[in-house]
Amino acid sequence: MNRRKFEETFFKLLMLACLGTVVGSLVAIIAVIAWRGLPALDLAMVTQTPKGGFYLGKEGGILNAIVGSVYLGVGATAVAFVISLPVALYLQREYTRRAWLTGFIRLLLDVLWGIPSIVYGAFGFVVMLYFGMRVSLLGGILALALLEIPILTRSMDEVIRTVSSDLRDASYALGATRWETAIKVVIRQTLPGILTAVLLAFGRGIGDAASVLFTAGYTDRIPTSIFEPVASLPLAIFFQLGTPFPEVQDRAYASATILVALMLLISLSSRLLLKRLTKYVAK
Amino acid sequence: MFGRRFADLLATKFMVVMVALVVSIVLFVGIGLFLKSLPILGSHPLNELLFTTSWKPSKGEFGFLPFIMGTVWVTALAGAIAVPISLLTALYLAEYAPERVRATVKPMVDLLAGIPPVVYGVWGILALSAGGISIGFNVLAGGIVLAIMVIPVVTAIAEEVFRTVPKDVKEASLCVGATQWETAKHVVIRSSLAGVAAAIILGFSRAFGETMAVLMVVGNIARIPSSIFDAAYPLPALIANNYGEVMSVPLYDSALLFAALLLFVVILLFNVIARLVLLRVQRGVA
Amino acid sequence: MIIAPVAITSHNTVPGNGHLNGHRIDIRGLNVSADGHTLLDDVTFSIPDRQITAIIGPSGSGKTTLLRCINRLVDSTGGLKVLGEIWVDGENVFGPKVDVTAIRKKIGLISQRPSPLPMSIFDNVAFGPRIHGTRNRSQLSEIVEECLRTTGLWEEVKDRLRAPASRLSIGQQQRLCLARSLAVRPEIILCDEPTSALDPVSAQNIEKKLVELKSDYTIVLVTHILRQARRLADYLVFMYGGELVEHGPARQVFESPEEPRTRSYIGGEIS
Repeated sequence: MNRRKFEETFFKLLMLACLGTVVGSLVAIIAVIAWRGLPALDLAMVTQTPKGGFYLGKEGGILNAIVGSVYLGVGATAVAFVISLPVALYLQREYTRRAWLTGFIRLLLDVLWGIPSIVYGAFGFVVMLYFGMRVSLLGGILALALLEIPILTRSMDEVIRTVSSDLRDASYALGATRWETAIKVVIRQTLPGILTAVLLAFGRGIGDAASVLFTAGYTDRIPTSIFEPVASLPLAIFFQLGTPFPEVQDRAYASATILVALMLLISLSSRLLLKRLTKYVAK
Repeated sequence: MFGRRFADLLATKFMVVMVALVVSIVLFVGIGLFLKSLPILGSHPLNELLFTTSWKPSKGEFGFLPFIMGTVWVTALAGAIAVPISLLTALYLAEYAPERVRATVKPMVDLLAGIPPVVYGVWGILALSAGGISIGFNVLAGGIVLAIMVIPVVTAIAEEVFRTVPKDVKEASLCVGATQWETAKHVVIRSSLAGVAAAIILGFSRAFGETMAVLMVVGNIARIPSSIFDAAYPLPALIANNYGEVMSVPLYDSALLFAALLLFVVILLFNVIARLVLLRVQRGVA
Repeated sequence: MIIAPVAITSHNTVPGNGHLNGHRIDIRGLNVSADGHTLLDDVTFSIPDRQITAIIGPSGSGKTTLLRCINRLVDSTGGLKVLGEIWVDGENVFGPKVDVTAIRKKIGLISQRPSPLPMSIFDNVAFGPRIHGTRNRSQLSEIVEECLRTTGLWEEVKDRLRAPASRLSIGQQQRLCLARSLAVRPEIILCDEPTSALDPVSAQNIEKKLVELKSDYTIVLVTHILRQARRLADYLVFMYGGELVEHGPARQVFESPEEPRTRSYIGGEIS
């Protein structure tokens, strides 16, 4: 029995160590970034676009990247939403009787989720070349949308599936069409879940660099049309880090802090939103 | 009434179009990349592309082996680090952790998954490569950073799989006098092998395709690594770093898109296999 | 006849052999609650040695909870508060220094739905002995054969011991679970509705086995099938709403129950 007890205690400790490593990694990442980033963070970073010489250490900020990322994120999420919601609704039993079809679509969606963003970026670039498009906000939005579609669709699919058949049948029994049921009953019921899914996809979109690298370009200005190139936070961080000037590298850390703060904000608000809005749904 | 019927019909048609669009994305991506790879596939035999080591685009030499091996080394190291840690963590969360611990840790794991890759890269530089423990820009740094990115993926899936093991079977094991750990070993893990395998495959898939974080810490030297302290140059980094020169050198763009095609095919295979396995597991339980 | 101040009626306990007053398990003041809701209310009685004790009562009466306390299986249900003592062979099962795995080796449990472990038939039965240290191949084979014979499963499976246990019919699986429990040489066997999920033929089989086993084991059987209790019980315990209402030799309780609730239940008025 002693050997068995020893084995149990040993593995329990090992498991706790692993747990500690995982939690510790999260803490370490946020802490290190904040430690180097916060001192370099000032108001100018967040409110100004890069002035001449910004990459040499002179004035300016990364407003272009912050606004750019927001434009990209909002645009991509909107496009992805318009495509994902219909697909997620279609996957429900009202629309497809054949189980193999929904299984197949879901499998494809999972596969799409697995495709790395660099591949979407490369593909986006190829398509843009084909149509003679230049790097632009539009290109970035399309590439990011490709990335977000599987995430958004699968998340919404999971949420919509939880709506009980009884609720939907009740709606049909009153003579509603499938579309009316979808809009008035299903979506209302799953609104918190859908909003959460949207927020999470948005967060994913802002954080990605590889897909916008070839498609959105980079610029120091804030674009005024979707055909202009646009800066993004991840690329701003990357480029600033690549300069030989320590002041600029410090700004990279500050930018990273801003990005992390943004992600934490999105994560927190999606959780809070879920908790708050779930009050209004039927059980 | 006509208006309502029309709206329903329109909505349905729209849905079908969107589904068709999404379904065809995989096809389009594959075909698009393949078409753009044809030039280089046409002028260089496949085994030369895949198995030679000389990468001099301006001279027309495109040996991908260093990049393929770079990817293999970093992915393998990341897997070796991440898999045990993830599985043990998942086991703890599923079998041992009190509800409050689980409720606190699970969001943390999700947060870890949500941190943008470029931030991982910055952290890697600050904590691993240039500062902190200063291990340099090599496979080791890339592997550690990737491992932390893979952990949330494997942990989340493995934990779910472990939780599907029915309580009855676990209790049956306890009732003959097995300890909790013996039950975990012989019953929980054993029942979950397929799901765990799928989780691991998906973790590897994530590592394989990760671009930004690895690029920043792995060194980017086009040589086959001989140890984890050597620098490497994984495929995604190759594509990301060189897109700018694509226009000036003939066949360079085709070469890079061929690299993208390679990534696409491998990851496609990984994901299809893993998802099919998971589907089987879920159906088996239901 | 001892009449306790609360609504517990206890008939004489039958003297057994080798244990104090013929008691094998002494349950004293067992109280189990979850979230302030009481599952077992101050249960005190003794289970006689080498007999089949049937615990009967309507659903929600706490029968299963009581059973799960005896082999400490309640530990794996979270959020429960357990007070009281259960004494087996001079040791309190809930004592602070108690080795739970040793308790479960001595006290086996088979549950309502057969749960074969995800392994072969052989490995299922050998699981217990292996865990407790038996590694020798031939020893294990002996144990497996012996236990499968005892439960009447040997002839049916001897040619496919390596096959997954999940391929057996549900009746066979339950006999396998019984064999698995026997393999660790318990002295007490707890059964939680062991035949509810089975077809009549398999159920009869299990019942027959339990009767055969009682000469060597103390058996505690929770059942909601009154007729089963009539067939099998030597000692009867009636529970209602978490309370122990009446207990005593089966024939006595069945023929002349003292408590009105017992009478109603046995008469089929409440179920």
